[in-house]
Amino acid sequence: MHYSPVPMHIPDGFLSLVVSVICWITSASIIGLAISKTNKALGERQIPLMGIMAAFIFAAQMINFPVAGGTSGHLLGGALAAIVLGPWAGMLVMTAVIAVQGLLFQDGGLLVMGANILNMGLLTAAVGYGLYRSASIRSNKIKLGVAGIAAWLSVMTGALLTSLELWLSGTSQLQVVIPAMLGVHALIGLGEAMITVSALAFILRTRPDLLGEESESAKGGGGWIWVGGLIALAVVLFSPLASTDPDGLNRVAADLGFLGNAQSGAGPLAGYTLPFLAFTSLGKIGAGIIGIIVVGAVILLVGRGMKAKA
Amino acid sequence: MPISHATPSFVAPECEGDVLQVRDLHFSYPDGHAALHGVSLKLCNGDKVALVGPNGAGKSTLMLHLNGILGGHGEVEIGGQRITRDNLPSIRAMVGLVFQNPDDQLFSPTVFEDVAFGPLHMGLPEADVRARVTSALEAVRMSAYKDRLSHHLSVGEKKRIAIATVLSMNPSILVLDEPSAGLDPRARRTLINLLRELPITMLVSTHDMALVKELFPRTIVMDEGRVVADGLTMEILEDAELLTAHGLEKP
Amino acid sequence: MHFDAFDRYHEKESFVHRLDPRVKVVVTIVFIISNALLPDGAWLAFVLAWLFLLMANLLSRLGVAYTFKRSLVALPFALIAITVLFSIPGKPVGSFSIAMWNFVITDAGLLRFVSILIRSWLSVQIALLLVAVTRFPDLIHAFEHLRVPAILTTIVAFLYRYLFVLTDEVFRLLRARESRSAGTAGKRPGGGVLWRARVAGNMAGQLFLRSYERSDRIYNAMLSRGYTGHLYTLNPHEMKSRDYYVTAFAIAIIFIVQMIGRL
Ligand SMILES: Nc1ncnc2c1ncn2[C@@H]1O[C@H](COP(=O)(O)OP(=O)(O)OP(=O)(O)O)[C@@H](O)[C@H]1O
Ligand SMILES: [Mg+2]
Repeated sequence: MHYSPVPMHIPDGFLSLVVSVICWITSASIIGLAISKTNKALGERQIPLMGIMAAFIFAAQMINFPVAGGTSGHLLGGALAAIVLGPWAGMLVMTAVIAVQGLLFQDGGLLVMGANILNMGLLTAAVGYGLYRSASIRSNKIKLGVAGIAAWLSVMTGALLTSLELWLSGTSQLQVVIPAMLGVHALIGLGEAMITVSALAFILRTRPDLLGEESESAKGGGGWIWVGGLIALAVVLFSPLASTDPDGLNRVAADLGFLGNAQSGAGPLAGYTLPFLAFTSLGKIGAGIIGIIVVGAVILLVGRGMKAKA
Repeated sequence: MPISHATPSFVAPECEGDVLQVRDLHFSYPDGHAALHGVSLKLCNGDKVALVGPNGAGKSTLMLHLNGILGGHGEVEIGGQRITRDNLPSIRAMVGLVFQNPDDQLFSPTVFEDVAFGPLHMGLPEADVRARVTSALEAVRMSAYKDRLSHHLSVGEKKRIAIATVLSMNPSILVLDEPSAGLDPRARRTLINLLRELPITMLVSTHDMALVKELFPRTIVMDEGRVVADGLTMEILEDAELLTAHGLEKP
Repeated sequence: MHFDAFDRYHEKESFVHRLDPRVKVVVTIVFIISNALLPDGAWLAFVLAWLFLLMANLLSRLGVAYTFKRSLVALPFALIAITVLFSIPGKPVGSFSIAMWNFVITDAGLLRFVSILIRSWLSVQIALLLVAVTRFPDLIHAFEHLRVPAILTTIVAFLYRYLFVLTDEVFRLLRARESRSAGTAGKRPGGGVLWRARVAGNMAGQLFLRSYERSDRIYNAMLSRGYTGHLYTLNPHEMKSRDYYVTAFAIAIIFIVQMIGRL
């Protein structure tokens, strides 16, 4: 028995090294921030709480409901985690979930894990939480409605970012991957929204204190509303643009130096050499440096080996 | 329906060096539910005492007070010390509290890590921690399980490891919440033998009256947040009226 | 129900099993990075990388084809890359039409597509091997050593421990739903999609509350054993000279494969 993988878990091999590394750096910085924020804000009670909540999200992703024609609705959980635990703790929880899925189940790769964490964990939490918090009205109905929209948009932003990464890696064409990913995820997002809303409604009925004024859920500052709102707005404006005018984006990517072969429709980072070192001489120097690092590492390891006791 | 209780007809055995003393303990949960109404009891070194009573009597709640996880009104003394904020670490090392559900007690991926958790967080050096893990596992006859994964264990094994997780802290009193619940006859038998052999003061809450009869010379009966009887198990088990009044059955 | 399906570790007495988990993590990552760096169509290097994998399989005593047999998990994702077949300019090597569209596969497109698949397929195999020869708790220790923040490794350790407990709960809930929504013969069980989504959401909510309350009890259990907010762990592993040599050797081989791929 295994959960059905969500099409957003990118396996290794589908993103170029540069895109993977950029995503890792971005994710690691955000995670670092989340760690320092949670260390400051949360009591020691939060460690087991986040641990169990990670297991909860993992398990809850297995809850499905039949939709039609053999497809089924699922939960991804980024928005839900951020809404009930607060954004920073939600991000850490999602990071752990995606890490275990990649490591233990090969559901998502390792080198591309930074991208997967960014797309499915950090971004969904930020968008989901920010939009949810924008409903400052007391009425639970409105809150739940907004949570549903937030959950849907969180999935859509994740899908959009995934598409962009695939395009930048030269794995997919913009004009194909964006409509395809967004189309599929518009449906996946509906499932996400429905489960998120009914789960929140259940929690509001049975333990309203967990979502009340005093809860972790209400502690994120107004900045989140901006973050979530802006990202969501960007998605809404960007997606139609990207799929109707892919050439424009290709040009932008070329100007940013992402481009090896702009003319080819395959996308800018077709991963031949280190793209930032595209000029031959620079490329050679870069390769030389890597070579020196590797040889140095090997010598160092052998030296350590001789020192360590067998 | 409220039952009017006669004053307890049994007198607890007297002793000097009290391991544990609870005086007039009251406690209400945050939701306002009053779970303890003036509980008093004493345990002496080497005592093995059963704590019985119907569901909701307050047994688990009382146990959570014994190492300061909950703090009600009244006094709790462990080894002559009142529990305060400052001595919590040493109190928790003295009182080995094992929860009912071993899945809550065993929260680490491997058996070793779980048994090592207590001594490690007492600040012991690594060599001592390892020694304690070894002897605690030996005490519960589970030495071979050191490197096993917790989620692979059977319920009976989990229960024994759960006891090892507090034995490794060298407690002066063992407090077990329903240790025999959910065990098959053989696992239950193993547990009984283990509890009999462990040379340590213990307070054990249970619904298993056969276990009480077999293992514990002394029994405390709780109901509705009060101690309603405290005395020799032999005598309590003969008091049919007391037993039926508190929903207990003679084994 | 017990979820042994979640256990990816294969107990064997082998040299690879006994290696320090850090070695295995580092070699795995270096191997995957190297795959990502191999140019399209570096066939010889691909084959050598695959031989490296076969060797690792053999040395682990899992059978040569252990990872090969399980390596198709990432295949569905290949759909995403299918457009490169048609979109890269080059000599046409084949074409087909669906409805009114005519697709022309180019040689350059085919080269790129196959290269992407091979890279992915090699990488997923070494990841499969890593968890087959290393117990997950040991992997967590390895990451602790490799300076992954303790808060993350702790969350992952809890996740791993309670994965089994909570998925058990999910399957109990799912079974309860099934037995209640059996329905009468010939009639589709359950209401509309919205209703079914609500039932699923309620299950998630219920699972959340149970988990939340469980985390309280676990916290109490931790407090009882001296936890005060700071976590300590013991490291069961120590790098031996063999571990260093193996790392050096593996990295050297991967480096050579990389050089050959770039010739
Ligand atoms: N977290 C809580 N919040 C509010 N009330 C609680 C809580 N835990 C327990 N109670 C209530 O306190 C009373 C005593 O509960 P306790 O668990 O101590 O009983 P018990 O004797 O251990 O019962 P059992 O034999 O079922 O384990 C019960 O009425 C219970 O409903
Ligand atoms: Mg109880």
